[in-house]
Amino acid sequence: MAIYDARRLRSKFYLGLCYLAVAIGLGWLAIILATLLFEGFRGLSPSVFTQMTPPPGADGGLLNAITGSLIMTTLGVFIGTPLGMLAGTYMAEYGRYSKLTFFVRFINDILLSAPSIVIGLFVYEVMVVRMGHFSALAGAVSLAVIVVPVVVRTTEDMLLLVPDTLREAARALGLPRSIVIGKVAYRAARAGLVTGVILAIARISGETAPLLFTALNNQFFSTNLFAPMSSLPAVIFQFALSPYKEWQHLAWTGALLITMAVLALSITARVLQTQRPAK
Amino acid sequence: MTVSIMNDVSNLPPAPEADSAATISAGPPAQEPAPEADPPAKLLVGAISNLDQKVSIRNLNFYYGDSLALKNVSLPLCAKKVTAFIGPSGCGKSTLLRVLNRMYDLYPKQRAEGEVLLDGVNILRPEQDLNLLRARVGMVFQKPTPFPMSIHDNIAFGLKLYEKLPKSELADRVEAALKRAALWDEVKDKLHASGLSLSGGQQQRLCIARTVALQPEVILLDEPCSALDPISTAKVEETIDELKENYTIAIVTHNMQQAARVSEHTAFMYLGELIEFGITAQVFTSPEKKQTQNYITGRFG
Repeated sequence: MAIYDARRLRSKFYLGLCYLAVAIGLGWLAIILATLLFEGFRGLSPSVFTQMTPPPGADGGLLNAITGSLIMTTLGVFIGTPLGMLAGTYMAEYGRYSKLTFFVRFINDILLSAPSIVIGLFVYEVMVVRMGHFSALAGAVSLAVIVVPVVVRTTEDMLLLVPDTLREAARALGLPRSIVIGKVAYRAARAGLVTGVILAIARISGETAPLLFTALNNQFFSTNLFAPMSSLPAVIFQFALSPYKEWQHLAWTGALLITMAVLALSITARVLQTQRPAK
Repeated sequence: MTVSIMNDVSNLPPAPEADSAATISAGPPAQEPAPEADPPAKLLVGAISNLDQKVSIRNLNFYYGDSLALKNVSLPLCAKKVTAFIGPSGCGKSTLLRVLNRMYDLYPKQRAEGEVLLDGVNILRPEQDLNLLRARVGMVFQKPTPFPMSIHDNIAFGLKLYEKLPKSELADRVEAALKRAALWDEVKDKLHASGLSLSGGQQQRLCIARTVALQPEVILLDEPCSALDPISTAKVEETIDELKENYTIAIVTHNMQQAARVSEHTAFMYLGELIEFGITAQVFTSPEKKQTQNYITGRFG
């Protein structure tokens, strides 16, 4: 019985450690979120969505940064998603057994975990230096470079989850490969594919480093793709480090907006993923 | 039907008899057709060879990489008959079926040697158009595989690819296919529900309807009932019974009662070889080979 009691005691001890680890992990998250909510909501007002980023000491909003983020994120997703989807489709459907796929998957995994500042520097060299100035287009391209590996990965994974029996059944009807992929495999993997794109959006909406090197920032409202453009992460970076109270408040509000957007995207992705393809 | 043909054996032209006698016992090389003196065997050979051969498989070898999965298999599939393939798991039944619509072509390192004649044309030749072949030789798989779309679209999908049909005619064809597969009454009020919402047995009959809708000439059924309960199985068997009036059917099954119930001809395979092929009643009641008898009486396999 002594052995059993000792084991129970040990079990309790280790279980206690587990609880502690969870509490520490979640505790910090809770503190971060609470601070963010408190500081963010304090600065939240309609003017955030209607006014431009102010000069130091004046009141203003984040309209130019919000618009800039929306434009560059959208553009980045529109450039990156088709590329990623096509590559992922090749890997899962056409080149499943080829050496190229193995190679691409390896490179893609490296790209997936590449520091985004490296991607920023790359686009800076390739586009900003050649064009001679910072631009929203370069910002969108650098975001697209981050989108591509995420979408490649999810597209390949999700298509590989579609059972081969379904492909065989479609091919057995004499359907050509392109139609089997477009009408059967994509349809069966739809929820997963959409989830991948949503997660890619969530991933890039908080990226700061690549934008600092490419789109820079702009304190005025601009929709010109060939000129510098403001974005929420860049404004947060600049304002949070500044000594001005108003700027710091706006930085908190911007951080809150991004967090909420990412949270909404993640929840959407989760809901889509758990949803059965049909009722 | 088969009986009357067996009685007519004296009228046979000599050439096809000799031809398919060689074909049928080509499985084990030691077995020459001539020394078989058993009169029922001769009758059997004559009876089957007199029938119209929709598909003739000749000296077929099949490889998965380096391993030989089918060894010199030769047999016919007779027009508008059901041919059952029985044998223990891994004996090559499904492999054989997958050669007949060249399903194996989807995978690298799988290849077939020999000849498979469909209406006299070798479908194993490299220039064979696979999509057209598969439209002529339909296949239903072990697991029901409805597409992730509505019941109606599951059937219309393939049809629309081959024929440009006006909407009303399309609806008629869908209805006809579902009736053929004995599913119409159960789904007629919910044609736009997802194919995945059906029960397993209904899904399998949907897959049969999907195949039938394309009006193939040959239908391959790869253990179509192994995932189904007895009631659904009975319904699928009824469907097969109806289909054989118009189609040449090959069915792989592990259920020997099913083979006996639905088929006219039975092929027993073991370790990649065709051991015995003949009229079902004969294979089950007085098999020629010891191995066949052992298998159907449950002594091995």
